[in-house]
Amino acid sequence: MTTTIEEGVGTRRSEIRRVPLSRAVRVELRKMFDTRSGFWLMASIAITGLVATGATIAFAPDTELTYYTFTKTIGYPVTVLLPMIALLSITGEWSQRSGLTTFTLVPNRSRVILAKTISSIAVAVASMLFAFVVGAVGNVAGSTIAGSPLVWDVSIAHGATIVLGNLLCLLTGTMLGMLIRNSPGALVAYFVYALVLPNILGFLAASQHSFQDLRPWVDLNLAQAALFEGTMIGAQWAHVATTVATWLVLPGMFGLRRVMRAEVK
Amino acid sequence: MIAIDSLTKKYGANTVVDRVTFTAQAGRVTGFLGPNGAGKSTSMRMMVGLTSATSGRATIAGRRFADLPNPGREVGVMLDASAQHAGRTGREILTIAQQIMGVPSERVAEMLDLVSPTETEANRRVGNYSLGMRQRLGIAAALVGDPAVLILDEPANGLDPAGIRWMRDLLRDYADHGGTVLLSSHLLREIEIIADDIVMIGQGRIVCHGSKTELLRAAGTIVRAQDLVLLQRALDAAGLPWTPAADGSLRSDADATPVGRAAYEAGVALTELRVADSGGLEDMFLELTADTQRERTAA
Repeated sequence: MTTTIEEGVGTRRSEIRRVPLSRAVRVELRKMFDTRSGFWLMASIAITGLVATGATIAFAPDTELTYYTFTKTIGYPVTVLLPMIALLSITGEWSQRSGLTTFTLVPNRSRVILAKTISSIAVAVASMLFAFVVGAVGNVAGSTIAGSPLVWDVSIAHGATIVLGNLLCLLTGTMLGMLIRNSPGALVAYFVYALVLPNILGFLAASQHSFQDLRPWVDLNLAQAALFEGTMIGAQWAHVATTVATWLVLPGMFGLRRVMRAEVK
Repeated sequence: MIAIDSLTKKYGANTVVDRVTFTAQAGRVTGFLGPNGAGKSTSMRMMVGLTSATSGRATIAGRRFADLPNPGREVGVMLDASAQHAGRTGREILTIAQQIMGVPSERVAEMLDLVSPTETEANRRVGNYSLGMRQRLGIAAALVGDPAVLILDEPANGLDPAGIRWMRDLLRDYADHGGTVLLSSHLLREIEIIADDIVMIGQGRIVCHGSKTELLRAAGTIVRAQDLVLLQRALDAAGLPWTPAADGSLRSDADATPVGRAAYEAGVALTELRVADSGGLEDMFLELTADTQRERTAA
């Protein structure tokens, strides 16, 4: 009996191939939408985008009804929500304990994280395309309603830096998710990162003259703001590179190490 | 086949799993028995790479779990039936497993049939499931990839008697078709019902292991006759040791065969002859549990 089983297992094993990354990405993408909370998080991007468009048409002064105004107002909620999506996709494995299944089906944890990051980026790109399109529609509609001239004031290059800025925000979520691996904790950390820290640094710069020159090199949000405003020059690229390395890459690598070693219970 | 070789886990100075070594054979159901906190779950997590072992190794069909290219198709794992996103439906959880393993989508319907929730139950969110239902779903998820090996942690927890019987039949059938099953439990009765081989663990160490028949045989034979005095004389004559039991039968450490022959040769008509209950095994298990509890009170 034993021999037949050994043979059976052996023949089956030969046709078993490694789980391809594309399949892992597809499943991770599915997992972002297949729960009520996940679905509404995604839906909130579309809903806030549409609300923001309506609000801009209704409340913005006619002279400011330009394409940039629309992309900025629609883009803001997207920028806030995307990191949360990236973050929750990682922390959920620990907080909801579904990691017990996920990491036994794909034991290579860095591969799971890679699949999650790719699927988060896919969602981000789709959301930004949505924001650019809705913004364009809003711009045309708004100018027509107000009778103001149609202004397209976002260049391709500017659009590209906006996308880059958003992706960096998104990766902040990925990094915090790996580092903290607990949904509430990581969300709090994210708000500290995105809302509290910039204010502290701003206050510090205002009160400490010596810090003012240093700030662009340590303030990730300030460096990213230039990406969103499209005012990138040489020095600002250097600011982005430095702050991203210290606030994103370094803790991200530390977080990945912890994910690789952490016990999944 | 699962081969565990000196698997050890230490947290600081605390050794939770201590040189655990055993083999779960193909075609058999191996029961991993021990009181709560004995190190069963930690051992199982180490087998599938969720916890890193301090030393020792575990291989499945000769390979480490982490080296399996598509583990879901070779090893079905259920470590905690409740460890699922409560917001997913039963069907969705099986679909996710099916997709990542890359097996045909019909497997989802087949598995739902197997664990027999109704159509509406399959589409309900797992958060609303009873523990027994979650266990069934967990077993279904482990079976989606049609693996040759099953690793199940406390699968009978929360199952009603009918559920336990369902699981016993399912696992029996699976093992009879050449599958390897390793399941843990803290209840001797469950393991007795389901397992062929028993590995008993206490405080991180293996206390005893062997086939169920072997371990039960160690418990001795119960024999009864209308004429007890004649029976006692027959056993004495054959040199078989015996002790009287409270219910008027005799218990002998010998197997049923020599006891029966002794009675036959002395012309004693027996009214009962059988292998003793799991008394020995149970005593050992209770002792183990008591030890653990004493230790806890002391600490």
